[in-house]
Amino acid sequence: MSEPVDYIERTRSQYDALGYPPYGWVKNEDSPPFTPLAKALDRAKVGLICSGGIYSRGQIAFHFKDDISYRKVPMRAPAHELRVTHFAYDLRDARKDPAVVYPGKTLAALADAGAIGSVADNAYTFMGGIYSSRKVREKLAPALVAECVRDEVDVVVLVPV
Amino acid sequence: MIARQLEAKGIATICMSSARSITASVNPPRAVYLDFPLGHTAGKAEDLAGQRHVMIDTLRALETIQVPGTIVPLKYRWSDDDEWKETAMRPRKDETGRKVTSDDRTARLDTPQYQLDADRDEADPNCPTCVFPEA
Repeated sequence: MSEPVDYIERTRSQYDALGYPPYGWVKNEDSPPFTPLAKALDRAKVGLICSGGIYSRGQIAFHFKDDISYRKVPMRAPAHELRVTHFAYDLRDARKDPAVVYPGKTLAALADAGAIGSVADNAYTFMGGIYSSRKVREKLAPALVAECVRDEVDVVVLVPV
Repeated sequence: MIARQLEAKGIATICMSSARSITASVNPPRAVYLDFPLGHTAGKAEDLAGQRHVMIDTLRALETIQVPGTIVPLKYRWSDDDEWKETAMRPRKDETGRKVTSDDRTARLDTPQYQLDADRDEADPNCPTCVFPEA
């Protein structure tokens, strides 16, 4: 495997060249909270949270400026019901096959095959690219955590774009 | 940040990342690193078998990681060469070969951005599955 793309460095040089002030990445140096897996995966209920601007037909789309709202999207939503809009990444493949950024059907297939116990009825999606880390920490994250607690999931897979 | 709050409430998490430096900075409880272009973290379009393998390995990492903050690199490669890495967020060249630095992202509008115009007409203004935590 060759070196990973260093997006922090590339963002820094792009912002620099454009005359933007540097972007303030969140930096956590403490050890993160850690919950051991309570049960085997083939008995666990799995949830999904994705950034990347996914919504389903009939829902209000996200906007591109510090949008801290989220959508409940059926885990098993068929591809033709899903939409993807975002300001910062190449959307062509995500629109062709939303599973590349929203692996709900992948998880559902693993549940059907017995590899995981079950999946939550809904996944949660949001936009990302939110400049205020405080709003994420104090508003969006606690709301999503409350949803996952209500869903009684044992595990959450997160897909940040 | 969300993963950290979930773990604090007793829910185990695994993050799928294609931006290792950003993930290392945010330092989530558990992560896998996929060396794919942004916008393809869970695999290639219409490659069901590939997407399934990626998810199985992701869940396996969730079972095996014992040390908080571990990022497990998964073995997948996007292509035989790594040409895509050269162009990701790098200045493009114009017709004369001169480097052009521009912000090719979409303007940050604060109105809903629909993929299809029809979606705007179909959107339920009282959408019960759209949640606005600030409201």
